Order: sequence, then structure tokens, then C-alpha cells
Amino acid sequence: MMRATFVLFDIAMTSIDLSRSRRRTAPSSVLSLTHPNKSMFERQRALLRKAVPAGFPSPADDYIERRLSLDEHLIQNKESTFFMRVSGHSMRDLGIFDGDLLIVDRSVPATHGCVLVAVIDGEFTLKQLLYTPQGKVLRAAHPDYPEVVIKPEQDFTIWGVVQWNVHKV
Amino acid sequence: MQRAIALVDCNNFYVSCERLFQPVLEGKPVVVLSNNDGCVVSRSQEVKNLGLKMAVPWFQLKDIARQHGIIARSSNYSLYADLSNRVMSLLSRFSPSQEIYSIDESFLELTGIPVNHTDYGQQIRRTIRQYVGIPVCVGIASSKTLAKLANHVAKKNPRYAGVCDFNGMSEAELHGLLASIDAGEVWGIGRRSTGRLREMGIHTVLDLQRTPAKQLRAKFSVVFERIVEELNGVACLELDQVMAAKQQIICSRSFGTLTSRLPDLEQAVIAYTTRAAEKLRQQRSLASGIQVYIRTNPHKERDPQYQQAILMPLPDPTDDTRLFGRAALHGLRRIYRSGYAYQKAGIMLAGIIPASSRPHSLFDNVPGQEKSHALMGTLDRINRSMGSGTIKFLGEGIDKPWAMRRQNVSKRYTTEWDELAVCQACP
Repeated sequence: MMRATFVLFDIAMTSIDLSRSRRRTAPSSVLSLTHPNKSMFERQRALLRKAVPAGFPSPADDYIERRLSLDEHLIQNKESTFFMRVSGHSMRDLGIFDGDLLIVDRSVPATHGCVLVAVIDGEFTLKQLLYTPQGKVLRAAHPDYPEVVIKPEQDFTIWGVVQWNVHKV
Repeated sequence: MQRAIALVDCNNFYVSCERLFQPVLEGKPVVVLSNNDGCVVSRSQEVKNLGLKMAVPWFQLKDIARQHGIIARSSNYSLYADLSNRVMSLLSRFSPSQEIYSIDESFLELTGIPVNHTDYGQQIRRTIRQYVGIPVCVGIASSKTLAKLANHVAKKNPRYAGVCDFNGMSEAELHGLLASIDAGEVWGIGRRSTGRLREMGIHTVLDLQRTPAKQLRAKFSVVFERIVEELNGVACLELDQVMAAKQQIICSRSFGTLTSRLPDLEQAVIAYTTRAAEKLRQQRSLASGIQVYIRTNPHKERDPQYQQAILMPLPDPTDDTRLFGRAALHGLRRIYRSGYAYQKAGIMLAGIIPASSRPHSLFDNVPGQEKSHALMGTLDRINRSMGSGTIKFLGEGIDKPWAMRRQNVSKRYTTEWDELAVCQACP
């Protein structure tokens, strides 16, 4: 649906451009009588130009498609997706570095092995979640940082699941 | 088939938005203040429990705030608007027709949706809570007025776990509930009418529901007849699915500090005019006049008081910021008196018509109109894509000594790249 309208629009634009450079359609006298206002008249004329094919169509016209959009690729759910900034190095071994941009989706369930934004003691913390026989474990991805086993009494909530990490090379 | 209309209302919306990105505020008493940190406009449950009322000036609460450790935030409308859009967009998935009633409330038509509506309401609550992180309550009934009341019950009465469906209740249960709610809670009944209703012996919603509509129509207005009909489950108000274009656009703010200087007022007026004209173009309208007003601080009774407004008509309806600005400055200079400490200025665009119905006259300056249209269009496009205020009129000034006071404003976590929330990747 979306695609079809885009293509149509593009062709119309092309034909206006061509008509400007090559063949100017003569304004119809009837139109200029009924629409003395210039801007209205211009609009009518533009419509006419769209309707009349002018010049040679581009051979690529039939192949015009929507350009790729990163939003579309990276964001499944626009209502529940938020961006966050990483501070620190504890997720280095999973390829997440200081200053990186996280794409976090709150609608995705947290599963074993996922990277998530957790709230621990009122602060956003980036960890990998593991389900183990001892219970939920939050793991950093850096040898210097120990695993944290979540105790039942600990103030811990899952804020969202990290879907992508955007890293400037 | 029985009508089923849901009203979904966000709980303590502004406070909930603040908490989403500052989880440390969870469980603490929090208020959000109006522009210039004037009054309380949103309260967390903890603050409501302390008995603090809405719209109380913040300076009156400083002592209580210190005593109970109440945390105040300045309002951050960029954040609230974005989260509201997310909530509304999610809600639209739950119904074929939706009326967005305010920044934090939406009506949904549930008539004919073949599931248990209470369960459906719980599903709405869970989804919004998980996806956007905002708690909501759902009231369901056979008219909008009743749905509002059902929502009130869902909020106040923990027994309903955030979803209250009047349609699914026995008559006895419903009557019991309506008898426990003050008539003043009913949508559309103001404080003055509540007093007059009381004189007639109408105290509760149930009393009002049982009053013959004709009797109220005679004493009040046709509006009351409609309210009673709605309370009896007859839907008189349909869902407004199309946001009507505004008939007036107002932009007014009080200053961060009082000023008596004309140049400050001029800057403020130009800034407000720019904002209002932007809104006007956004809704594809034209305005044929601009009203300017200024006033001193009425709460400072010992200071000399002055307030004045003036309406400046324009020769033709327009949406050109420059024409409004010129007219507004002209008006301001006519009403300005030196020697007063001004607290507030505002402008209002009046005589608004759709741009498509611009009247044409023999003396129309057509090339001028087209240039203006192109210039304003370019301005809006740049400001939309590169951030508002990227291009502005010098007339609104650069330092803005009069600008709003917002001492504790949080970041624009969802609309500015430089202000994203930070996630700690260290122990």
C-alpha cells in the first residue's frame, strides 16, 4: 500500500521536472478564466502537468523502491523502544563499550542470555541475565567484574531488553 | 447491544513520566510544578496520602515539603508529550475508535468487542505498564459520563485492581457505588452547581441519577439534562475521533523574574507570537487578529497594579509570523505603561479560519502571499528537522532575562540525543 503510493508520487515528480525543462504545457484559457487567483491556478496547472506524460520517462522508473530505513530495521515496536547511553566498560566482552548507544525495547520478554537494562537500587545498570539453579544471575562481560546473584529481598526490576548496540567505529 | 465505552486515564501522569527515567523517585513523595515552578500540577500517591491538594502554590508548601522530604520537579512537557503519544498510539490498537481527550486520558469504544471487558481492561493496563512504563486505570460503562465515574472508582478503590466495569455489575452494587460518590465528581458539574444541587437535596451521584432530567433542565440548562441521561446509561456524547482545529491559540507565560522594561516585554511577546504562529500553521489555519496582554503580579498587593489587553486586527487573514509580530509590538507599545513590575505577558490569535477558505480580494498581494508561504514553510521545516528554535526571530532576544524559571527540570530523555538516560556498565 505504502510502497505503491511512493512510486506514484515519484513518477509524478519526475514528469513535472521533465515538463519544466523540456516541454511547457500551455495553460488552458478556460482555467485561467475560472481561477483568476494565481496560486490556485498554479496548483491546477501542476495537476495538469502530472496528468500529461512529458519527455522520456526514466528507464529506472519501474524499479523505484523505498530506500532502506534503519528505524524500520532496528525498531520493532516504536511505542516501547527507547534509546540509552552506556557509561563504563563492564560489558566490553559482549561488544558494548563506553559511550555506545543502546536500543532498548520494553515489550520484549527477558530470556536467558539476554542483555538488559535493570534497575538496581534506583539506578540503570547494564547486565546479561542468566537463569541458573541458584536463581537469576546478572553477569558483567568483563573479567574484572564479578557475577551478581539476585537475592529475593534485593530491589531489582527489569526496565527493558537491549535489542541492538550502536557503536561508532 | 449495550454500549461499552472505556476511559483510560494515566495515574499521576507527569510524576509517572519522571519516575520512568529516574527510578530512584519510585516510592518517594514527588510533585511536578507548573511553568515557572508556580503550582503543584501532579502528585504521587505518597503526596496525595499526605493530604496535599492540586494547584496549591509551591512556595506555600516549602515547610511541609521539607518536613516530609517531598521532591519537586519542574514540568518537562517535551518528555510528557512523547510518552503520551506512545500511550495513545498503543491504546489505538485496542479499539476501532478512540478519542484522545487530554494528554493523559483517552476514550475507547469497546462495544461489540467479544471478550470479557474487565479482562480486556487488565490487558490494556498490563500492556501500557510494560511497554511505556506508565500505570493507568480503566473505567468502562455505557456512556462517557459513567465511564469517567467508573475510572474514578477504579483509581480510588483498590478492590477493583485498576479496572472498573459498571456494565458487568449488578444493579445493587452499582447503586451502592453511585451513592458513595459526591455529585460534584460528575464530569461537567462545577463547584457552583454542586452547591445549588445540594440545596435541592441532591448530594450523591445516585441522587442526581434519580432526579427527573426535565426538572434539572428548568433549573440549570440543557447540559444537565444530558448529564442525567448519560448517568442513566444513555450515551448522548459520541466519541470525538477528529481533533477539531482550535478556534483560539493562546500563548502566555509568567516571567522568571518581574520586569518593568519594555524591551523585555517586546522579546517575550515576539517569542510567544512565534510559537503561536507555528501552531497556527501546523493546523493549517489563518488568523485575522492578534490580542496582546500584560499584567503585574496580583498576589503582590502592595505593588501598584496594572493590566491591559488590546486586540490588533490584521487587514487580511494570515499565518505569517512577521505580520503578527509587527501588529503585536504595535499593540504592546500602546498598552505599555512604565513604572510597573510586570509578571506576565501573553498573546492570542483570534478569528481563526482554515487556510483553504482564505477569502480572495481584488487587492490581494499574490506574489507577497506566495513568498510568505514559502518562507514560513522553510522556517517550520528547518525547525522541525533540526530542533525547535534553530532559526528564530532576533526580536525574541538571545539572553531572555525574562524567561521561565525551571529549577528542577529533568532531561528530555526521548527527544534529544544529548539528553539520553545513562545506563551504568560498571558494578
